[in-house]
Amino acid sequence: MPMAAGDIERLIKASIPDAEVTIRDLAGDGDHYAARVVSRSFEGLSRIRQHQAVYAALGGRVGEELHALQLETAVPNTETTSE
Amino acid sequence: MSDAQSDAKSRIEQLVKSNDIVLFMKGTPLFPQCGFSSRAVAILNHLGADYETVDVLQDPEIRADIKEYSDWPTIPQLYIKGAFVGGSDIMMEMFESGELQQLVATEA
Repeated sequence: MPMAAGDIERLIKASIPDAEVTIRDLAGDGDHYAARVVSRSFEGLSRIRQHQAVYAALGGRVGEELHALQLETAVPNTETTSE
Repeated sequence: MSDAQSDAKSRIEQLVKSNDIVLFMKGTPLFPQCGFSSRAVAILNHLGADYETVDVLQDPEIRADIKEYSDWPTIPQLYIKGAFVGGSDIMMEMFESGELQQLVATEA
């Protein structure tokens, strides 16, 4: 079942309040999204932990009703994810 | 609790520990069944990595249990030297930064 981009952003911000969330609908079908999530709370976390924090915010929807979410996480003012 | 479940978990553990580089994916390297798995295979091929794959579409128990094993909700999943590395997005980031080349090279 497709999810609206606004719902994805709302869920992420509900559990990561300072998150800057940018979502692109890759296929225009409401089912394949790319999300970039930037948050101070990622500082010091491995990439795996950063992604897990976003997956946790989405409460088990990733891989289920949210079929495809290409994910990029970062700490503010850095080009790439910190390790 | 059930034998089948613990069997799948122990098979995953065996696969992860007995292969230096193993990719759990949908489909096969020649015929990936999902864009994310296809991207993961392309990265490993580009690096010239020597890797094993497990097609989770052929094994529903592994498909279900691998998500608990790594606390990661999606396929593909890459493991190097017994450690979970990430999914295709993390593989791409690590490829672009040169980290994945280093990790793979130490296995050569």
